[in-house]
Amino acid sequence: MSKIAIIGGGIAGMEAAIRLSALNFEVHLIEKSFILGGHVKNWHMLFPDLSSATQLVEQQKNQLRDSVNILLGIEVIRASYTNNKYTLYFSDGSSNTFDAIILTTGFKLFPAQRKEEYGYSIYSNVITSAELEEYFQTDKPLYTKEHRIAERIAFIHCVGSRDDKVGNRYCSKVCCVTAVKQAMETARRNPGAEIYLFYMDLRMFDRQFEDLYFQAQTQYGIRFIRGRLSEVSEKPDSRLFLKFEDTLLGKPLRLTTDMLVLMVGMEPAENTGQLARLFNVPVGNDKFLLPKNLHQYRNLTNQPGIFLAGCVSGPKTIGETLTDARSAALEVYNYLNRN
Amino acid sequence: MKFDWFVIPFLAGLTFVFGFCCIKFYLWIQRLSRGEKALLKKHFFSPSLWVSIKEIFNESLLHRKIFRTNALLGYMHTSLAFGWFLLIVLGNIEVKFYSHYSVNPPYVPIFLNYFEPNTAPHFFGRGFRFLMDFLLLIILSGVALAYLKRFQPNRFGMRRTMQHQVLDKLAIISLWCIFPARLLAESFSAALYHNGSFLTNTVGKWLSFLPVDNLIYPAWWGYSIVLGIFFFSLPFSRYMHIPTEVLLIILRNAGIRSRYFNHPFQQVDIYACSRCGICIDACQLSTLGYATQPAYYLRSLRYKTQHNELTENCLLCGRCVEACPVGIFSTDIRSHERTLGHEMNSVHYNFSKNIPKQKNVEVLYFAGCMSHLVPGIKKAMTSILNQSGCSWSMLDEQETVCCGRPLLLAGQITAANQVIMHTRSLIERSHARILVTSCPICFKTFKENYRLNANVLHHSQFIKHLQDEQRIVTQRISAHVKYHDPCELGRGMNVYNEPREVLSHIAHLLPTNHEKNKSLCCGGSLGNIFIDVDSKLQIATNTLQQMDIRSADYLITACPLCQKTFSAVSPIPVKDIAQLVADNLLLANAENKNNYAMISENA
Amino acid sequence: MPDFGFSIQSSQPIDLDKTYRAVYNFVKEKEPSIQRCIYCGACGATCTAANFSQMSLRKVNLLLLRGQIAEVRQLVEHCLLCGKCMLVCPRNVNTRKMILLIHQALKMPLS
Repeated sequence: MSKIAIIGGGIAGMEAAIRLSALNFEVHLIEKSFILGGHVKNWHMLFPDLSSATQLVEQQKNQLRDSVNILLGIEVIRASYTNNKYTLYFSDGSSNTFDAIILTTGFKLFPAQRKEEYGYSIYSNVITSAELEEYFQTDKPLYTKEHRIAERIAFIHCVGSRDDKVGNRYCSKVCCVTAVKQAMETARRNPGAEIYLFYMDLRMFDRQFEDLYFQAQTQYGIRFIRGRLSEVSEKPDSRLFLKFEDTLLGKPLRLTTDMLVLMVGMEPAENTGQLARLFNVPVGNDKFLLPKNLHQYRNLTNQPGIFLAGCVSGPKTIGETLTDARSAALEVYNYLNRN
Repeated sequence: MKFDWFVIPFLAGLTFVFGFCCIKFYLWIQRLSRGEKALLKKHFFSPSLWVSIKEIFNESLLHRKIFRTNALLGYMHTSLAFGWFLLIVLGNIEVKFYSHYSVNPPYVPIFLNYFEPNTAPHFFGRGFRFLMDFLLLIILSGVALAYLKRFQPNRFGMRRTMQHQVLDKLAIISLWCIFPARLLAESFSAALYHNGSFLTNTVGKWLSFLPVDNLIYPAWWGYSIVLGIFFFSLPFSRYMHIPTEVLLIILRNAGIRSRYFNHPFQQVDIYACSRCGICIDACQLSTLGYATQPAYYLRSLRYKTQHNELTENCLLCGRCVEACPVGIFSTDIRSHERTLGHEMNSVHYNFSKNIPKQKNVEVLYFAGCMSHLVPGIKKAMTSILNQSGCSWSMLDEQETVCCGRPLLLAGQITAANQVIMHTRSLIERSHARILVTSCPICFKTFKENYRLNANVLHHSQFIKHLQDEQRIVTQRISAHVKYHDPCELGRGMNVYNEPREVLSHIAHLLPTNHEKNKSLCCGGSLGNIFIDVDSKLQIATNTLQQMDIRSADYLITACPLCQKTFSAVSPIPVKDIAQLVADNLLLANAENKNNYAMISENA
Repeated sequence: MPDFGFSIQSSQPIDLDKTYRAVYNFVKEKEPSIQRCIYCGACGATCTAANFSQMSLRKVNLLLLRGQIAEVRQLVEHCLLCGKCMLVCPRNVNTRKMILLIHQALKMPLS
């Protein structure tokens, strides 16, 4: 029976493990942390249908059969390739040989302190979208650090995305719709609060995204302004003073707000470069791994037996990630039955 | 009077150089303003002339500054310049012993062995011959090194050397030939008349297999001709720096500076450049492959070739000025030339509209426009100022105000003066005694262009005062830090020690390879209008590599622009000095604070 | 220019068939980074001159592309060359050079 290693225990890794174990392969799911579920386990609910993120991760965990060998707290430190087989050496000293490997190491969130002018980790009321999403698990209204109810909240799009200044020219794809979703949730929890979204371009590209936008405008009165934040300063009462240009009107725009939410984008996970060297897989100029091509071989790499799934090959929505993982599983199946 | 036709090339060349320099110097000095001429006159009749003479001896002859760059390079220059100088002086003294005339034509000491071959029996003869041979050997070793330097500049501490023009090449080849030609002529003379010493006698012996009788006269011709070629090419080549440097030193010590483009002092600067190429290694744009260094820029000014790009492509960091052995203020020339560019049609720069009137405070804090993009500095200064207990306000709290220096750096004088006028009135409205700024760019302008009543301090100086007066107390931490001197604060304003003292109170300050006036530029300088952001980041990366910052926990700087530029590429956290201080503030006791408040009220 | 609370805007529609592009092309040739602009407005947001004028580099770039030279002339005269826009630009446009080139172009007889 062929053996498959899946490196990365997020939703992509779990989905691929579920599909491949159903096809009776011996699957080893390797995760460097001690919990499965990756970033999604920290999310509150998912766009566009506002379904529960926890439920999705729990469902996946339940579907993982006993036949899947789950290795937690373990990293791959070395790899070798002989006779169409990969031998992986793990951080706990063990090693194992596999017929195919799927890389599902996903992404890391852009560290917002690198965009220093936005004041994250300098001003107390500047938070990231990930922190807000985790906070939503509590079911409380949004408070400032001084325990005042936030009456005015600004969401800033494209933090660490579409920005050559931080070395990321690409669009992270999910932040626009996430901002709309989070703005609506905030409006629900803090009724009467003024909520502003500041965007460069609003990219509502997928099914029902535009509906969410429509709902945010009409039901929640969220204000959308096209403009990019340039700098933030803190007032003595620790409210934040923001500077924009209203680019549709062509005028400078100033705003004082209680809280600032930075929609942080995606960057390749910490060890992506190391994996690329380990398996000799090329990286793009965005530092994500490159598949064989961007059309019919999105899960294949230029190395035999090495497959990609999920955000390891660029930002994706959850729906796209799961589809990608299933597609990768099928590619692995074809590869192992190629003779 | 002794004469032979072969001295004509030498004599003509010498006369030409002398005449050329006299006319050139006269024209330059004549173009000086009346005040500057008065300065020059005063200099000639004051003890400060002694300073100039000493400097001429030290720099034009001994080349002490080049020794500081590299010992071998220094020796090469000293042996040629000082050796040749002594050879001429000694030759003139020697002539006095043999000549029947009180005044001798200038060619006699040069060709003494031809005119006075029988010097050997003379009482001082042997001693003179030994000294002359010794000096010739020293000079020849310098020529050999100069030749070696063409092929192995690394041995002379130079990574890159200058690409020379045709005339310079002709001049250098004739210069290289002068002393071998002299050796040859004197060795023939020694073979015939035994009037040499250890060097020429020996070489003469080796050459005695040749028909020396027939060769000696052509050898003297050859010596004279190469001297002639060198002298004729001197005014048009880089060797014009030899006479010009003397004038430069005198004018500089008289206190004359270039005030506008094409000022006579600037012309002297341009001609005084020897194109030695030391600035090429000092300039960080060299690593990007740009030939924009003063040696190239001044050459292009001198020969009036197209050079718009060279004027703009300079960080104005001042490293070349620090490195220049001649002390040429090339950054001034570039700044002045930029004023000739296309002047902006300046209109109203009316800031006051959106800046609220400041209360009467003791300390006015001016963050500077760049600090608004590095909010950590503003936050840190806020807590330091609050802790210090003085009454203060921030001028540019909400909207940024410009100091005018970016316009000055781009050569937009009229526009800059308008900005300065507005910003000065904003500052003076507050009646503050102390103006503190976080930006070295603003700091330099406030000090140099504003004529303010308030005492202007950079925040590193202000923090130093607060520390000294115990108005803020900081804790010691175990972190290791390296300090980067911002160009405008260090070389620009000579503030080197205060930041170091503040830092060594808090953390372990590690030395870097580029301390104080040797400090590198972060690349973000507003002085350069030409290069793009990617090139700037490349310079920043190189700088961090050369500073070897990995051994430190933090890189500390004192300029928002340096911090912003370094942050983009640094592997370790970059902090402003104010941030490090604010992070380690200990709460001062309340009593102190009240005392202080009383003092300021009384004042 | 005194501020009357409104600005003089041409009421004519922009005719892209007859756009005057000479200034834009002059700048583009010497500083190609002008083409990278995505009109996000970060420059206008941070602009020091925007405190007291309508200055916005984003607007300047768009107006150049549309051949609205009279308006460009009004705007760029407020620029202080402080370089903040260069520090916030997500596309690394060499903004200071761009402004100086525009000034240069506006003084040249371009056809």
